[in-house]
Amino acid sequence: MRIPCVCCGDRGVDEFSYLGDATRHRPTDGGAVPTAAWSDYVYLRDNPAGPHKELWYHGSGCRSWLVVTRDTRTHAILGVALARDVALARDAS
Amino acid sequence: MSADRYSVFSLLREALRGQTGWKPAWRDAAPQSAYDIIIVGGGGHGLATAFYLASRYGAKKVAVVERGWIGGGNVGRNTTIIRSNYLLPGNVPFYEQSMQLWEGLEQDINYNAMVSQRGVLNLFHSDAQRNAYVRRGNSMRLQGIDAELLDQTAVRAMLPFLDYANARFPILGGLLQKRGGTARHDAVAWGYARAADRLGVDIIQNCEVTGITIEQGRAVGIDTTRGAIRAGKIGLACAGNSSRVAALAGLRLPIESHVLQAFVSEGLKPFIDGVITFGAGHFYISQSDKGGLVFGGDIDGYNSYASRGNMPVIEDVCESGMALMPRIGRVRMLRHWGGVMDMSMDGSPIIDRTPIDGLYLNAGWCYGGFKATPASGLCFAHLLARDEPHPVGTLLRLDRFARGAVVDEKGVGAQPNLH
Repeated sequence: MRIPCVCCGDRGVDEFSYLGDATRHRPTDGGAVPTAAWSDYVYLRDNPAGPHKELWYHGSGCRSWLVVTRDTRTHAILGVALARDVALARDAS
Repeated sequence: MSADRYSVFSLLREALRGQTGWKPAWRDAAPQSAYDIIIVGGGGHGLATAFYLASRYGAKKVAVVERGWIGGGNVGRNTTIIRSNYLLPGNVPFYEQSMQLWEGLEQDINYNAMVSQRGVLNLFHSDAQRNAYVRRGNSMRLQGIDAELLDQTAVRAMLPFLDYANARFPILGGLLQKRGGTARHDAVAWGYARAADRLGVDIIQNCEVTGITIEQGRAVGIDTTRGAIRAGKIGLACAGNSSRVAALAGLRLPIESHVLQAFVSEGLKPFIDGVITFGAGHFYISQSDKGGLVFGGDIDGYNSYASRGNMPVIEDVCESGMALMPRIGRVRMLRHWGGVMDMSMDGSPIIDRTPIDGLYLNAGWCYGGFKATPASGLCFAHLLARDEPHPVGTLLRLDRFARGAVVDEKGVGAQPNLH
């Protein structure tokens, strides 16, 4: 599998580290009290068979955090964006 | 004794009759309109569940529905190791129950599953790792499970061909479970299928579940590619596809699906007697009865339903193998495969009711589904029949994550890609 990094171009998957589902959002209540929102955030996953937005870190390259859209059935990469840009776009909307 | 019971006499009879009298091992059942209990997933766990439901809990109208064919899923895609060398209270009694069922399996199901207790040896390479294995061994022995700590001399006498001069990962000793070993994975599926079928269970192949019918908060049936089927209770035992099937009932699970690769080399003369695991990396190896080396390592580490992996893990596994036993460097790899694992958030399985009445879950087997097959079936059958957990599976609950009662065997928390 190769990931087309936004900064570095097409690179082998062994240059990257995987962090998981990029669609989860950390609750903003500080977490002093355990809530259903927190256990959902930490433990529950959609785990789709198909397109999946996920966080990858290009540790052996530009050290960017990327949001990669990948088909989990075929390993086809459908899109790559800087995680920073994704977060800014989300905050703006 | 019924005529279709396998025995030395049946072998002899068929030998004299030119092997013309064998019948299919199980019926190719067509779905009926309703069952008391439907198991979704005709893998090792689903078939074992059906067998124990019929044999120990007297369940009558039971069906197993399988999307593909029996034995075509993860039970046909593993490295066949059986062991019960676990540490934590939620897991130890469960896996030991499984080990005991393996020991009597062939008599239970009248099928040669080639259960071979050749020993499982976990090597350690540092003082800290030895301490961890001493603790694990003590935990096992306190609960009546065999465990033996070997020093380097003892390991060297047993396996003289390992690399003891490895400067980075010297082998200092190992923790041995002599009752561990291997079993023939396909025979486990076929044997359970045949034994369940003989007890009246319908095994319905090529029947994919496309929906779960819920009426007034209760699961009452399934839609399949071969029509709708009503059910008193529905048990999900879908391995890598647990999340997808649970989503049909609107459930989200604490599970991610990852791919785990395994490998077989060309056939060699016997030189590895038991199962050896390399403690300094994730690598395990045994030798099959045909002579091929069977080995594997880590999951690929990212969500996947692809049933195939990628090169970096192949390289990592082969490096670990070379660090452990340099002599396999010239051996050619014959084939490799990937199975889809339902990695749970604490690395331990889930056997529990779901929030939906009538719907039960058996999932989250991570790397360890094969060795768990008999106990998984027994505990799931107990849960389905009695609506309460089997005594050895009381901690394997679905809500343990929300309650903060995780069974975190590897101690890496909610990171399925690290388990």
